[in-house]
Amino acid sequence: MKYLDEFRNGPQARRLAEEIARVTTRSWSIMEVCGGQTHSIIRNGIDQILPPQIELIHGPGCPVCVTPLNVIDKALAIAARPEVIFCSFGDMLRVPGSRDDLLRVKGAGGDVRVVYSPLDALKLARDNPNRQVVFFAIGFETTAPANAMAIKLAKQQKIKNFSALVSHVLVPPAMEAILRSSGNRVQAFLAAGHVCSVMGYHQYHILAKSYQVPIVVTGFEPLDLLEGIRRAVSQLEAGQASVENGYERVVTEAGNVLAQTTISEVFEVTNRGWRGIGVIPYSGWKLNAEYAELDAELRFSVSNVDPSESSICRAGEVLQGSIKPNECAAFGKACTPRHPLGATMVSSEGACAAYYNYGRFVELQGMKG
Amino acid sequence: MSRIADDPIENVAGSQPSVAQTTKVEPSANRAAVEMHEFSCPIPIHDHQHIIMGHGGGGTLSAELIEQIFLPRFGNPALYALGDSTVLSLPSSRIAVSTDSFVVRPLFFPGGSIGDLAVNGTVNDLAMSGARPLYLTAGFILEEGLPIDDLVRIVDDMARAARAAGITIVAGDTKVVQRGHGDGCYINTSGIGVVAAGLDLCLDRATVGDVVILSGTIGDHGMAVMSRRDGLEFDAPITSDTACLADLVQTILHACPETHVLRDPTRGGLATSLNEIANASRCGIVIEEQAIPIDSTVRSACDFLGLDPLLVANEGKLVAVVPEGSADAVVTAMRNHPLGSRAALIGRVVADEHNMVVARTSLGGHRIVTMPIGEQLPRIC
Repeated sequence: MKYLDEFRNGPQARRLAEEIARVTTRSWSIMEVCGGQTHSIIRNGIDQILPPQIELIHGPGCPVCVTPLNVIDKALAIAARPEVIFCSFGDMLRVPGSRDDLLRVKGAGGDVRVVYSPLDALKLARDNPNRQVVFFAIGFETTAPANAMAIKLAKQQKIKNFSALVSHVLVPPAMEAILRSSGNRVQAFLAAGHVCSVMGYHQYHILAKSYQVPIVVTGFEPLDLLEGIRRAVSQLEAGQASVENGYERVVTEAGNVLAQTTISEVFEVTNRGWRGIGVIPYSGWKLNAEYAELDAELRFSVSNVDPSESSICRAGEVLQGSIKPNECAAFGKACTPRHPLGATMVSSEGACAAYYNYGRFVELQGMKG
Repeated sequence: MSRIADDPIENVAGSQPSVAQTTKVEPSANRAAVEMHEFSCPIPIHDHQHIIMGHGGGGTLSAELIEQIFLPRFGNPALYALGDSTVLSLPSSRIAVSTDSFVVRPLFFPGGSIGDLAVNGTVNDLAMSGARPLYLTAGFILEEGLPIDDLVRIVDDMARAARAAGITIVAGDTKVVQRGHGDGCYINTSGIGVVAAGLDLCLDRATVGDVVILSGTIGDHGMAVMSRRDGLEFDAPITSDTACLADLVQTILHACPETHVLRDPTRGGLATSLNEIANASRCGIVIEEQAIPIDSTVRSACDFLGLDPLLVANEGKLVAVVPEGSADAVVTAMRNHPLGSRAALIGRVVADEHNMVVARTSLGGHRIVTMPIGEQLPRIC
């Protein structure tokens, strides 16, 4: 497809990298917020063509990684019930809970289905009136509109055997939490392009101003990322701290207002625990009172889970950018994609999995081939 | 793409009859098979539009299935004898044997069906040893309720694929399992071929300095099947690449008889095949990502679902590892073959104690290419 190839052009990417090297006079640490960006950076080797002074810090923007352990444990408890068809996005299936993951629950007889859209779960509910269909509604602002729409439709159409286990998270409060943390090293952000396509970027101005941090709305293709980095470095070098839109073909300042309206009809802001990080005030969405009847947590009374996290996993520090995945003692040894201790080793967007899969853990041999 | 069947043995109805034979068959029986395919019984299996348990029970219904569906399509003297086993004469004592089971959902997908896969899959496995495939057996596990028309389509596809590959189906078996205990139809095929003297193709023969050649675009089959999966139907003009590679293999071996490794990257995709070669041969492989041909629609579909095309299944592609000096000859010969028109040199075998497969990216960076752990799971957003 020409459209994508345009943004993957090797010579143009190298020219952008040279331009970044030309304007860089000192060391800078830039955080790419979204896991999709991390994945693209590692997969394409973008960090390898940047000048050595530029450090990319991988952000917390992997929805699978930050979904809190107690929610995963609730999901496992619900999915194991015989009357339930539990519907989830694919990459949640291998995320470890305290003792199990959804794949093992499925293997043990739980009816766990991978869906590609929340509307598929709604259809399953219609087709199976004698079963309870539960949709695992997680993710950032990107998945929220479709999830909200499915929940709204379920209420409208009086589909009584449908409910949702909701654990949505919001990006801007997490960015602020990182800036406020004592060990913060982030000097500029590449904001998550797809989140901004829904929510716009007007809310970032106050963040940029208050914390004097440049924020560049950035896409996911190699040229998008390099352009975002170039703009961030230019601002840093010039001592500026403003919000720029480097993903204009997708993002507007106001975002998708229709999607925002649907979200606000169904969800309300709540304090949310982030796996590995802790509770961040006002950083999540939950079902509002009007939709409480569709809340799977209430329907199945699963508030009494007793989560226990691996004692050696340092996913939280990875998610906050304090350490690189391969600085964790368990990385590649006790913790691998096959036996993940933390969620960051599971999702293809997780920083640990990206490091592991693309081989950032051993000195490369034979590269002169 | 495959799933492992989980049917407990007690759900299997009947254990006979095997459609096999005691008649001697010479390799020249191929010709008989070619002629027999024209014959197809027009009479429908009376009263039944769907497979019922009795079709696996060994009685009249089983016999009808054999006589009206299998024999007319696979027909050859060996099958018509309906013996318990088949006696074959082979032109050489150096034989290749392979078996494979086929479980795909949906049974029909753009570009092919489980029937095509069941023949081409085993034939290709034989061909990867340099063998000339000769005979195939076919075992069916049918689910109660499978439309007879679907079975006919599958068997038609198998017969056509067998004719194209020049092989004869010399034995078969059918069982029926209860509704809900199978995905409509599972097929196992086993095959025999003969290997010419002097050929020595083996996974562990890749040598430092060798080049790696790919016969064409990757990911087509996996994405074609995925485009028709329940809940994921997307309208993309992607067709499976299912094809018999035996002739292409002979073309390669003619151009380079000292070919070291041939591998068809099916489940697990190109990444898995390359890792298997690197591990078995105790070497590393460096590939140029840009050199790997990928159809633009397949690439877009993979992007959309968050899948890596290097890990997506193929059913009509092969990887050849040959000495550097033969690279041009092999690429040219492959490009002159209809199944190798987009053949490309994609990488080299290097010394590497970690036996890693490394891809150079178009940006000038590099990444390690690993095997998938299980099935790729589409990502969340």
